[in-house]
Amino acid sequence: MLLCSRFPEAVVKQVRIGAGAGYSGDRIEPAIELAEKGGLDYLVFECLAERTIALAQQAKLKDPKAGYDPLLAERFRAVLRPCRQSGTRIVTNMGAANPVAGAERIRAIAGELGLTGLKIAAVTGDDVLSSVASSDYRIDETGASAADLGDSLISANAYIGAQAITEALADGADIVITGRAADPSLFVGPLVHAFGWARDDWHRLGQATLIGHLLECAGQVTGGYFADPGYKSVPDLARLGFPIAEVGEDGSVVVTKVAGSGGQVTPATCKEQILYEIHDPARYLTPDVVADFSCVTVEEIGFDRVRVQGASGHPRTGTLKVSLGTIEGFAGEGQISYAGPGARARGALALEIVRERLALTGVRTSELRFDLIGANALHGERLSNHGGGHEPYEVRVRVAGRTDSLIEALRIGNEVETLYTNGPAGGGGVTKSAREVVGILSTLIPRERVATAIHYVES
Amino acid sequence: MKLREIAHSRTGDKGNTSSISVIAYEAADYALLLRHVTAERVKAHFGELVAGEVVRYEIPSLGALNFVLRQALGGGVTRSLALDTHGKGLSSTLLDLEIPDESPSRTTPQQDGDH
Repeated sequence: MLLCSRFPEAVVKQVRIGAGAGYSGDRIEPAIELAEKGGLDYLVFECLAERTIALAQQAKLKDPKAGYDPLLAERFRAVLRPCRQSGTRIVTNMGAANPVAGAERIRAIAGELGLTGLKIAAVTGDDVLSSVASSDYRIDETGASAADLGDSLISANAYIGAQAITEALADGADIVITGRAADPSLFVGPLVHAFGWARDDWHRLGQATLIGHLLECAGQVTGGYFADPGYKSVPDLARLGFPIAEVGEDGSVVVTKVAGSGGQVTPATCKEQILYEIHDPARYLTPDVVADFSCVTVEEIGFDRVRVQGASGHPRTGTLKVSLGTIEGFAGEGQISYAGPGARARGALALEIVRERLALTGVRTSELRFDLIGANALHGERLSNHGGGHEPYEVRVRVAGRTDSLIEALRIGNEVETLYTNGPAGGGGVTKSAREVVGILSTLIPRERVATAIHYVES
Repeated sequence: MKLREIAHSRTGDKGNTSSISVIAYEAADYALLLRHVTAERVKAHFGELVAGEVVRYEIPSLGALNFVLRQALGGGVTRSLALDTHGKGLSSTLLDLEIPDESPSRTTPQQDGDH
């Protein structure tokens, strides 16, 4: 039996915190809308996926001034002035592999905009490659030791928590830029700073983590990734507003958005986001706390206003998760379309021809995939033909394979391309690609092995 | 009836693990989810797509279930050769699950499709 306890509400002051991006490539304008009309104390940009930081490390190896988020300049040019005008402080993990260079870039942009006196804090210390590279830390996915990865290991970044962000804000930073901070910690940091919560106030840290979790994917709580015509309708997704959390000192929260923006905040949109990428809801592990979302409730208290409560927390663990980037060879791909009567049969014939060609020409692959997009590509033959199957008007042939060399990866796309003049009738619209595969593995590192530092620059 | 008639769903991914929520539109239908959307049925529904175990978590305060599917993403987002490397579309397939039409929320004439 689950025990759900309710805590008394005693709001002494309120913090307004918003999410300006839910991933690296997210829309730009919703953050401008938040900065201008959100009345925010803090604007947070979460822009770092597992793979992104490994790619950023590679960029930094080639150029010591690179390695931060590619949209950093565009985002800061868009929001720096309105944030300065409204006194909104910015927290982001757009530093990726190089927070210090990111901070320098922000300073330069502030200079271009004539904004002086901005204090920018870069948080470092998440890069633990040197201590992991030759260690016997066990890889979660394979059980092998990190040392076994040898030269294929290109990055190792620990998920750091809210503490350094809180310290930077206490030191008066207007902008805090980190590398691999955990997504919810970007929100926990400002809340802990604003309310002066204790570092071991597990209950409030659990609540703050829920708030971060609700907001970290930005539009995914305001109606994005939700609409299903006929079942779930969402207005004006082209103008989707990003979320605002109104947070009380007791950790209570109302999720809302700028009036007049697109999308919607409802109990249903909040429920989907609360459970998004959570495994055991009673034990959501972050660097700050073991959060417990198992007793959370949602309540609509007004138009586009949802109160979310009931989160709690338990003491944090002694380890931090580390994301390991590894070079894992290459992947090649080719696609071609067939339409009209017999499209599926011609597509199937095309796949057979490419399969035979790759064997005949000696393209060595460790894994190959043959899909008919429009017929079976997403979920395979059995689920796709559930209910009797159907004859699609058009199909898109897709062949993808894994190779040791770029040359072989390119040959996969080429064998699809030659279907133009050598394959079944009526094939068109070929695309092909080849890329290096950067895989992600994970391990755990003792907390005390990760030392964060804060570097300040001023515009 | 299809699960889609009484529940909505969202898929997420971490490494090679997919997590899929199933959330009742009406609290009264949560019992139906508990009874019919078991870990075993979900595992069988996805068949060869999920190589590992399926674990179900219950969140009665949200009228929701959360499924964790191990070894479900072709090695994980970064290395999978699949078209949908994140497995984002798995929730839509799960809502196609057939369940008995015992929904308390559907005993009265159904409102129009807009929940």
